[in-house]
Amino acid sequence: MHDTAHAHVGQHAAPTSFIRKHVFSLDHKVIGKQYYGLALAAVLIGMFLSWLMRLHLGWTNLAIPGLHLLTKNGAPGDVMTPEFYLQLMTMHATIMVFFVLTTAPFAAFGNYFLPIQVGAEDMPFPHFNMMSFWVTFVAFLVLMSSFFVSDGPTLGGWTQYAPLSAVGQVGGPGEGAGVVLWALSIAIFCVGQLLGSLNFITTTLDMRTRGMSLWRLPLSAWGWFITSVMGLTAFAVLMPACILLILDHVAGTSFFVPANTVINDQMQPHSGGSTLLWQHLFWFFGHPEVYIAIVPGMGIVSHVLITNMRKPMLSHRVLVYAMGALAVLSYMVYGHHMFVSGMNPVSSLVFSFPTLVITIPSTIVVLIWMGSLYGAKLRINSASLFALGFISMFIAGGVSGFFLAQPSIDIMLHATYFVVGHFHLVMGVAAMFGIFAGTYFWFPKMYGRMMNETLGKIHFWCSFVGAYAIFMPFHYLGLAGNVRRYQAFAPEYMQHLIPLHKFITIAALFTGAAQLIFVYNLFVSRYKGEPARDNPWQGTSLEWSTPTTPPPHNNFGDKLPVVYHDPFQYGVESSTGDYVMQTSPEKAGPDDEA
Amino acid sequence: MAKFFAITIFVIAIVSAIPILRHTWWMAEDISTHGAPIDEQMSETMAEAGISFLASQFILGYFIWKFSNPKPGDKIKTFPGGAKAMVWAAFLLVGTEVLALGVFGVKAWANVYFTPPAANAVPVEVQAGQFAFYFRYPGPDGSFGPIHPDMINEANQNFYGLDTDHDADSKDDVVTAEMAVPVNREIHLIMHSKDVGHSFFVPELRVQQDFVPGMDLSVHFTATKIGRYEIVCTQLCGLGHYNMKAYLSVLSLEDFDAWMKKEKAMQ
Amino acid sequence: MKNLQKLAAVLMAVMVVLCGALLLTHEVSAASEGKISGTVKYEGTPPHMRGIDMSKDPYCAKANASTSPHMENVVVGSGGGLENVVLYISEGLSGAALSQPATNVPVFDQKNCEYTPHVLAMDVGQTFKVTTSDQTAHNIHPNPNPMTGNIPWNQSQPPGAPPVEKSWKAPEMIEVKCNIHPWMHGWFAVVKGPYATTDANGNYTISNVPPGNYTVTAWQETLGTQTAKVTVSGAAPAKADFTFKGK
Repeated sequence: MHDTAHAHVGQHAAPTSFIRKHVFSLDHKVIGKQYYGLALAAVLIGMFLSWLMRLHLGWTNLAIPGLHLLTKNGAPGDVMTPEFYLQLMTMHATIMVFFVLTTAPFAAFGNYFLPIQVGAEDMPFPHFNMMSFWVTFVAFLVLMSSFFVSDGPTLGGWTQYAPLSAVGQVGGPGEGAGVVLWALSIAIFCVGQLLGSLNFITTTLDMRTRGMSLWRLPLSAWGWFITSVMGLTAFAVLMPACILLILDHVAGTSFFVPANTVINDQMQPHSGGSTLLWQHLFWFFGHPEVYIAIVPGMGIVSHVLITNMRKPMLSHRVLVYAMGALAVLSYMVYGHHMFVSGMNPVSSLVFSFPTLVITIPSTIVVLIWMGSLYGAKLRINSASLFALGFISMFIAGGVSGFFLAQPSIDIMLHATYFVVGHFHLVMGVAAMFGIFAGTYFWFPKMYGRMMNETLGKIHFWCSFVGAYAIFMPFHYLGLAGNVRRYQAFAPEYMQHLIPLHKFITIAALFTGAAQLIFVYNLFVSRYKGEPARDNPWQGTSLEWSTPTTPPPHNNFGDKLPVVYHDPFQYGVESSTGDYVMQTSPEKAGPDDEA
Repeated sequence: MAKFFAITIFVIAIVSAIPILRHTWWMAEDISTHGAPIDEQMSETMAEAGISFLASQFILGYFIWKFSNPKPGDKIKTFPGGAKAMVWAAFLLVGTEVLALGVFGVKAWANVYFTPPAANAVPVEVQAGQFAFYFRYPGPDGSFGPIHPDMINEANQNFYGLDTDHDADSKDDVVTAEMAVPVNREIHLIMHSKDVGHSFFVPELRVQQDFVPGMDLSVHFTATKIGRYEIVCTQLCGLGHYNMKAYLSVLSLEDFDAWMKKEKAMQ
Repeated sequence: MKNLQKLAAVLMAVMVVLCGALLLTHEVSAASEGKISGTVKYEGTPPHMRGIDMSKDPYCAKANASTSPHMENVVVGSGGGLENVVLYISEGLSGAALSQPATNVPVFDQKNCEYTPHVLAMDVGQTFKVTTSDQTAHNIHPNPNPMTGNIPWNQSQPPGAPPVEKSWKAPEMIEVKCNIHPWMHGWFAVVKGPYATTDANGNYTISNVPPGNYTVTAWQETLGTQTAKVTVSGAAPAKADFTFKGK
């Protein structure tokens, strides 16, 4: 019944012109790949910026040849100025959080595989979907354009705390046009993600094919669905916040600047604004954003693991409930970013409690993964290595959450490298590992060719060891009291930590260089990789039952699939081997509902 | 490959833990009266987080070792307790852990924030601005003169915007670039920012508090050890953030009086 | 063909006019040999210059360990001479002396976390250099009034960085600060035409003044301005002394 009901929704003829096929395409698969390409470009830029920062942190007055080409005033004689460091830092964070960690695991893979996994021809609003990508692309261009305006990009950090972000040029280089472009870019980005989230939610709720009940959705689809619900509510808060920030710059309003602000001996023409207002609005978005980055990764990793463990998770439903609990709790914990911000100390305790409680669903997710590993027939390949690495990283980054959830300890750790280490492991590296696992796993379906396994494994080993070598020492720096966002060590400050910074820099250069292996692998495999079969990993979910690889324009040919099973029929005895595909009417075992 | 992976995880977990156990890089020595519960909380959390970290990494490594490279005839097995055991474990282990940490943490936090400063606490005002702290002592009259933001002029070293010609209270105020406090006396630190957000962080004192423009906040503490400590800004405030510092001198009462005399002469 | 000839003729005419103009200007500058000199004095008790505590940056504190740095808003020499007064011709200049900015490049150095000199005078459009001799980063943040056409800027100079070269579009007394070291405070005195700054004894000499009648203005950052009328006639320097009275 379902398949006839929505046969018209989202249906569009296969495009014929180059532009409609590859540029302004309505096809969710092309849009997914476009998102992936954008994320890839963004991550390389972001990584490059982090290299420059790390070099500067290790060897502060080192001249980096050619650095002056990137900035008008920021690198006299190729030596990085304090403001240029902060500008690089802000751009690194903004690019990574928004244009990599939000786009790649969620928008890129979600766009490509969510409609296929629910058994739909496309998303219900293909034009919105196309707009979502192109709006995000424009947002990226606007952000990058700030490198070319008068003083360069903003130096306020990705959190853009007011009033520094709202007072304009007088606050420092990049605080004029740079901030406006930043806020504009993020506001535009929010529009793109809102359109995307809308499509994801509708796809999941209304576009499922016959037999595909919600509980028969694979865990990756659940990850994207839960994320899209978070995205819809979180980005809807960030967008107005950014618009108010722009108004403070261009319309003379004072939403975020209080009276009696004196900068550089000049009274500022503002009064009546609240600086804490920005922090509340920002973190109301900012904390769910962390889960927006990681929940799709959890879904992808679960999906990759199940296929490579050849057995189902201990409980599919518990994992879904735990991810849902993370999403709900993520809105109640944001105040832990503000323990020492000057808000009422009682609020700190109130926010501390859900922050501690959120470790319970996180632990459940990890324990279910580990318990499921027990008795598995684990296949080791690039995809499963990255999925297992994800678990290791998620644990390593997660345990430091215990510290940061407690206001009393936060007195010592707030704004130190401990926090930087924490979020880089848990939302940076872990989410990246999720992206890598997804790439090695789904590349054959997306491009019809296998990725090179040897290169993939080399890439994994360098990344896994490298990520620990970079980010574990961050925790030590933080414990020793090293404050983050310092461009260098002022005379007498923390001199004994400089060798540790040098070590981190070397590890970062090495690990970053290893990522180029991945990029090389992507491009070479895209054109020269071994041709892929339809179902190279013996998976069960719908993306493996498309008539061709890559899937045709409408995903399933003329007839939408009919689903008979849960997506985790592994370790059973069937005519195909140890698994039964969702589309196979064959009965898999005593528990199967088919 | 799987065994190698498992060993790598073991090695990384152990190597990561060594500097923590050896306190190679560790928190600065506590010189405050309220810091002990914070440090205790930190050690407890470190122990619990450390055990969770090591245990889960080891189990992960072990399972990878054990359950990879299956032989053709192998059958999958299910963890005996199933998902229920995991959920119970999470609730019991982590639940009690976080509950305990949460409850004890309240005590450490309350120590700092829910006790008012003593009536005889020494009042000191700190003003944060791009990119320096300036401190103000009320002088013999015990009261701070009013601040006129429009009169702030760093060129004249009028960092606070004081009108000493007209405000009687301001005449004996002592404005300094370095903070000195008498040892073992409670200090009531009144904080305000003249421009953007900043923060006041002295690791040794176990004090970190943001400055919020437009809001007057305060913290109170007692320093118990004579010495010179760094005050640093932890809230990104602009290009000079990294060099926004001041020194805190904890002095004996006599030295403090002498210091005050010297500073007064410099006004 | 005819058109081409016309064009050539016009070009020739333009060339002739340009050469003439060049020659004329040359003549004028050749004639600007006159000088104005004098002394600026301070009368009364010099105001108290508060000491500067540089402890926030240990580099600065160490660099000044043997001296006791203090504010330089009013610097009076032993003979009562007033330092850092800028003298310029506020009326009477015309033509070439105004249109050709001086070609030398004055230097504003950041040394031991203070500005040397405290006041840097320059011509409109004249290129000046900001250098650093310090092993700590400074940011140079001049604060012109945007209504004058001068554009504010703010940029850092890490240790060892090459000089920052800039110029100003309009005459203005521009305060310059370093926000990393809030006590660092100086002036860019941008004036039109020839100028001079007094030395430690209050003496100055304005060179390259063409003969004529002028009003000379002396500007001191906190004491304001004074003017005097002088006539520059050729060989001997014209004299103009000033006295600023303290409160």
